[in-house]
Amino acid sequence: MIPAQFEYVRAGSAEEAISLIGEHGEDAKMIAGGHSLLPLMKLRLAQPSVLIDIGRLTDLSYIRDAGDHIAIGALTRHMDVEKSPVLAEHVPLLAHAASHVGDPQVRHRGTIGGSIAHSDPASDLPATTLALGATYVAQGPNGTREIAAKDFHQGFLTSALSADELLTEIRVPKMQGAGWGFQKFNRRAQDWAIVGVSAWKRNGESGIGLVNMGSVPILASSVSSALAGGASAAEAAEAAAAEAEPQADLNATPEYRTHLAKVLVRRALEQAGA
Amino acid sequence: MQISLTVNGTVHESDVEPRTLLVHHIRDALGLTGTNVGCDTSSCGACSVHLDGEAVKSCTLLAVQADGSTITTIEGLATNGEMHPMQKAFMENHALQCGFCTPGMVMAATSFLIENPNPSEREVRIGLEGNLCRCTGYHNIVQAVLACAGATSGAAK
Repeated sequence: MIPAQFEYVRAGSAEEAISLIGEHGEDAKMIAGGHSLLPLMKLRLAQPSVLIDIGRLTDLSYIRDAGDHIAIGALTRHMDVEKSPVLAEHVPLLAHAASHVGDPQVRHRGTIGGSIAHSDPASDLPATTLALGATYVAQGPNGTREIAAKDFHQGFLTSALSADELLTEIRVPKMQGAGWGFQKFNRRAQDWAIVGVSAWKRNGESGIGLVNMGSVPILASSVSSALAGGASAAEAAEAAAAEAEPQADLNATPEYRTHLAKVLVRRALEQAGA
Repeated sequence: MQISLTVNGTVHESDVEPRTLLVHHIRDALGLTGTNVGCDTSSCGACSVHLDGEAVKSCTLLAVQADGSTITTIEGLATNGEMHPMQKAFMENHALQCGFCTPGMVMAATSFLIENPNPSEREVRIGLEGNLCRCTGYHNIVQAVLACAGATSGAAK
């Protein structure tokens, strides 16, 4: 399978990428690692007329300790997130989740910014950064703005980014000793999660993100409320699907996904020490 | 579009269509047919090559994205006619049956040992999760990777 024809331009800076996308309009797409976009282009599910390659913006590949949070450049590859000593110390849940994305070859190319901007509910990372209460930085022609992770995903493969904005940074609060758990249920190695859970807990606070439980990554707020009210992991997990709208596909019915979510949330919370 | 790739030590200047996938460029334009196209959906790993030293799936990469990079394919692993230790380990451990997945397996395994020179058996299995063997010959493949790691005492390349 070969993608349909397109014009290819390479951006030398974030500013140039934004100017190029403004120039070429809605039919243009940015490509970083290309591991979400290229498969869609090969299937003709995406057919951009212009491809703006931002894969060489190495100044957007970094993981920095920024005091109360860790700042991650959008072009940081999954393998670098997985192996980051800074994240291992301060946000181990995110490093661990990154180690479950695709397979090593995919993780050598795919980027955290690409995964989040693609806004796929079946991806491991968006649900994880959502659970962690991340903030995303978007750069557009008129400067930058911050978008809370909970406001970012607006529908299937649809984010709050406007057509001429580039996701440049992911800011993830430090976990400060919180317990955490990660559960990914699939039938084959390297597959997407049929259902996945990223969870953390510290005293009365918690965050639980669900993978593939709706058209967007889901924040399971009812579970957090139950935990704050003194519920056990098993009791709180009963509310796992309260915010979810699980879909049917080849792998699972909505009822089965709901069952999985309850089991996996309980396991993730037990891992987190709840 | 004009691109320049260093493939197995040789610089190739080529004019490619932007939509040309790296694997097709390697096979059809450069004539290096050791790299296979299997699933064509970045699942099976048969098309794995090293891009600047790391295993990638060349069916999910445009040749223009790789412009300026250094690529190693299965044909480039041997030095002076001497098989790479991983190739020898595959041969000695009968780590191939039909052989279709083998080039990708070897490229993924060599990249894996650079990142994890002394893996456990479980780590090898997880490290090769991006490569499928339809003969289901995983047992001997894992044995070969462990043998190679042992033989090269962490100096595997």
